[in-house]
Amino acid sequence: MTDTADTGLRTTGPEAPETVTTPGAEAEKPRSLGADARRQLAKNPLFWISATLITLFVLMAVWPSLFTNTDPTEAILQESRQLPNADAWFGRDIQGYDVYARTIYGARASILVGVFTTTFTVLVGGAIGVIAAYSGGWVDSLVSRVTDIFFAIPFILGAILFMSALSGSLTSYFGVIFKVVLALTIFGWPSLARLMRSSVFQVLPNDYVQAARALGASPWRIVRSHIIPNAMGPMIVVATINLGAYIAAEATLSFLGIGLQPPVISWGVMINDAIVGLRTTPHMLLFPSAFLSLTVLAFIMLGDAVRDAYDPKTR
Amino acid sequence: MTDTTTAPTTTEMGYQPVDGRLLEVEDLFVEFSTDDGVAKAINGVSFELDQGESLAILGESGSGKSVTAQAIMGILDMPPASIPSGHIRYCGQDLLTMPEEQRRKTRGPEIAMIFQDALSSLNPVFPVGWQIAEMFRQHRGMNKSDALEQAVRLMERVSIPGARQRVKAYPHQFSGGMRQRIMIAMAIALDPAVLIADEPTTALDVTVQAQIMALLQELQEERKMGLILITHDLGVVADVADRAVVMYAGRLVEKSDVFDLYGNPAHPYTEGLIDSIPRLDQKGGTLNAIGGLPPNLMRIPPGCPFNPRCRRAQDRCRTEVPELREVAPGRFSACHFAEEVLNG
Repeated sequence: MTDTADTGLRTTGPEAPETVTTPGAEAEKPRSLGADARRQLAKNPLFWISATLITLFVLMAVWPSLFTNTDPTEAILQESRQLPNADAWFGRDIQGYDVYARTIYGARASILVGVFTTTFTVLVGGAIGVIAAYSGGWVDSLVSRVTDIFFAIPFILGAILFMSALSGSLTSYFGVIFKVVLALTIFGWPSLARLMRSSVFQVLPNDYVQAARALGASPWRIVRSHIIPNAMGPMIVVATINLGAYIAAEATLSFLGIGLQPPVISWGVMINDAIVGLRTTPHMLLFPSAFLSLTVLAFIMLGDAVRDAYDPKTR
Repeated sequence: MTDTTTAPTTTEMGYQPVDGRLLEVEDLFVEFSTDDGVAKAINGVSFELDQGESLAILGESGSGKSVTAQAIMGILDMPPASIPSGHIRYCGQDLLTMPEEQRRKTRGPEIAMIFQDALSSLNPVFPVGWQIAEMFRQHRGMNKSDALEQAVRLMERVSIPGARQRVKAYPHQFSGGMRQRIMIAMAIALDPAVLIADEPTTALDVTVQAQIMALLQELQEERKMGLILITHDLGVVADVADRAVVMYAGRLVEKSDVFDLYGNPAHPYTEGLIDSIPRLDQKGGTLNAIGGLPPNLMRIPPGCPFNPRCRRAQDRCRTEVPELREVAPGRFSACHFAEEVLNG
């Protein structure tokens, strides 16, 4: 026992700077990579701006009635194409719909598509990337080639083909959104799979993975406790940036007339409807486009802020 | 964990040492296939480890020390590595033919390992206490709070000051020596019968090195573990190890009691290694380093692999591979002229 106490005392000697200087060791908060990143985020104005905007858009998506009392499907044809005024803040479109109300209600489709597509691409792409990198060998070769094949198909073109092939089925509101999400996921997962694969390759040779093996961790535990938490960083960042891109892609598909379709209200659909009056009544185009750009921008800004926080090289 | 003051007759998972023999490596070969050819990392290594014994594996970089350890642990990446022949017996059972799942379960409770660089051996995203506790949750199915309590005790055992407060701290908040202590705590958590320490002190400064070695020795005596200490630092092992094997180009060149080895080496390579240790009484002057470089493992020279660097090399050394033979009671050397080396 004295021996133990002795070593205990000796250890505090040369290591004093780190172990003893803190009079209240318990007061020193343990800081993980995640906690550091959160601290970093809280100091970044970009994060607060984007977070505010995103909160606003999410509120719009969940409770559109908080922002407007007007029924977005109430068409007043005699007021068709009316410019912005006190009654209809953003004016009215060709059907006499209130543009403001429709812009608010359009947030829901965009946010739903963005959030679900991001979730699915992260799950699918992440899982495939981890499996490929961790298994290695022929599994990796096979998965990588399949990823390459999907990569070779242009994103929008692939989604267009997929949507037109399924044009007859699933025509309810959530059905159409589900179709769009599916199309974007099918052609969006490869980039995340590649990213995850390469970050797992970076984590694998680390000694702590070897150490976990040497101490008897099962393959599943190694993946869950050691590989995934350490390889997630880049994926979180790219997924956040992609969320904005998926919203834009949804708008593109809807604009082309194959994504969401009326009566579903979405910014893409509104932009499509506005094309008829591009020169004479640009307000019909301006407001949904502005909201769309702002949402995409907000997510990309958030992605940037998250990247700055998680990337140790930028510290 | 307290019944370890006497050598247990059966280990944690019911393995039974045969006459106190824990580990037996017999005629082990390991190769790595690379784009440039086959690198013969280990070429017929045999040694054994008894209960409560410490064995040092000495050698310079690339001599096959770490590969031997990884082969014993079964954590070599195969491919590129392969084991064309040999046996590694743990309590009489050949680990190399054991089903992977059964073998995996021996890692931790039976054989555990400590790595060179403790910073990179700890997962940076989890608190250290969580990582130690994981050993108990995983292998013993303990619940979270019991496992964490055990982790605190282990951290106290390896003399981490303020263990209870620091159990939630992350690896980067510890100094190198403290991290190595945590790594040791993880390795001894399940009371392994064999502990392999792969250059446990290389990444640490000299004073901390001594503390870590003292801790390892203390734990080994307390738990009657078999300890394999892999190092290139001859000074580090002198106090701790009972026996030593010296590796060169994937072969054992000498196997002996540590005191005999230091006092009177039986192989020119060992002799060279000992001569190259800086001495207090030898101020100024140059160190007696061994000239030349270790051989490329893809083109090991014919005859004795050490012959291009050996000052005693004769024609015979360039053609005939010397076998490891007993040159004096309990002393083995793989040199044609071992007797001459011993006597002069």
